[in-house]
Amino acid sequence: MDKKKLQIALYWGAACGGCDVSVLDTNEFILDIAAACDIHMWPIAHDGKYKDIEALEDGFLDLAMYNGAVRNSENEHIAHLLRKKSKVMVAYGSCAHIGGIPGLANTFTREEIFESAYLKNPSIQEGNKTVPQPQTEVDGGELTIPAFYKRVYKLDDVVDVDYYIPGCPPAPEQCKAVLSLIVSGQPLPPKGSVVGASERALCEDCQRKKDEKMIKQFFRPWQIIQDPEKCLLEQGIVCAGSATRSGCGVRCPDSNMPCRGCYGPMPNVVDQGAKIISSVSSIIDSQDPEEIDKILSGIHDITGYAYRFGMAGSLLQRSVR
Amino acid sequence: MGFEPRIVGFLCNWCSYTGADLAGTSRIKYQPNVSIIRVMCSARIDPTFVLKALSMGADGVVICGCHPVDCHYISGNYKAMRRFPLLKKLLKEFGVEDERVRLEWVSASEGQRFSEVINDMTDKIRALGPSKIRVQLDADKVER
Ligand code: SF4
Ligand code: SF4
Ligand code: SF4
Ligand code: FES
Repeated sequence: MDKKKLQIALYWGAACGGCDVSVLDTNEFILDIAAACDIHMWPIAHDGKYKDIEALEDGFLDLAMYNGAVRNSENEHIAHLLRKKSKVMVAYGSCAHIGGIPGLANTFTREEIFESAYLKNPSIQEGNKTVPQPQTEVDGGELTIPAFYKRVYKLDDVVDVDYYIPGCPPAPEQCKAVLSLIVSGQPLPPKGSVVGASERALCEDCQRKKDEKMIKQFFRPWQIIQDPEKCLLEQGIVCAGSATRSGCGVRCPDSNMPCRGCYGPMPNVVDQGAKIISSVSSIIDSQDPEEIDKILSGIHDITGYAYRFGMAGSLLQRSVR
Repeated sequence: MGFEPRIVGFLCNWCSYTGADLAGTSRIKYQPNVSIIRVMCSARIDPTFVLKALSMGADGVVICGCHPVDCHYISGNYKAMRRFPLLKKLLKEFGVEDERVRLEWVSASEGQRFSEVINDMTDKIRALGPSKIRVQLDADKVER
């Protein structure tokens, strides 16, 4: 171990693995990272164990990058551990930043999730009653597994977070830019900043033509042949671009798919979903309540549009039960 | 004492707030459960305001604006009219009862109507019971 090198750890909580891969996606830059840093843990690429992290002095790590949401007690335990051992804690990716895709589970209770996953799922053997329990008595003692929480939390609900890198996953160029800055030893932005992203809305960077056109019908992307030059929202395809922070490089609209909001809310916006509702409804071409209802019937799953990535970080955070 | 609903009312300056004022100057009695916030126009009501009020513990939220055609800014209430049903759709998916959030048109001469809206809403929410949103969020902090 070379103390002049940066000491870092990466970890995944309730994650899909995509965030860990996005760091690998920086391609040969990864070699620069390996040269500049000692990596103590990185699930997808490096064999660090919890006990290795536990053995470090408090504050020993210069940087911990945590991706994934907090769904169970293990996710939270490691978040606390890494926080204790690190000078700088980064929430990496939508899940850690605002709850991400796992956060959508906050529309259901734990009981409903267990029922669907372990009891009612078509692939479950008839009559099966096995549902995971945090503790199980077996011959010779007690077995424990992490406790599944009532709901999903974003990282800063459980630990103090210094920086946020948004995206599902963050664009590799942004990951590279942030890591380069840290390695360079230059002064870091103020604590609490969203880094690796812009201060503008995605629409400002999107090259599609905007005409302030209003619409009479909403479509799912597969329901119409879209004009590749024109704004998707103005063609009736729900796009979250005006309510989403730019920084991904306009990945989705440039691939003929609408933005779903993974880069999170704009600076100073309290609730991304509220802004998506405002922007989507503003495009409706009607002043008649009945017609408005009819047009809105083309929007299925408004929760999924408003909070595809931001449910756990929203004002309501979860459904009412 | 039984449960008394806390309702937040967002009233547009030109019609609905004046209507509420008329209810007052006409000495019309209505239930004291609404806390009124005056805004310039119903279009000013960002869905954030409604969600924020609910997340802070409001049992109900009412938005009042000028009747269609009457908005002081010509089309502000149409913006509210388009935004509101989409917000309601979201709230329904979140399990927030229909009675808790309303959009009502109240003109400057409708002091009586304003009092009826508030009485009706207060009665319905009183029957429904307190909102669980804030309680649930607080409980989440203690027991995961
Ligand atoms: S932010 Fe996206 S890519 Fe990263 S762990 Fe979550 S779901 Fe996967
Ligand atoms: S709404 Fe979507 S498609 Fe339209 S300009 Fe914004 S990002 Fe581009
Ligand atoms: S276009 Fe939107 S959903 Fe797609 S990567 Fe960018 S921020 Fe995320
Ligand atoms: S001023 Fe009353 S709704 Fe616009």
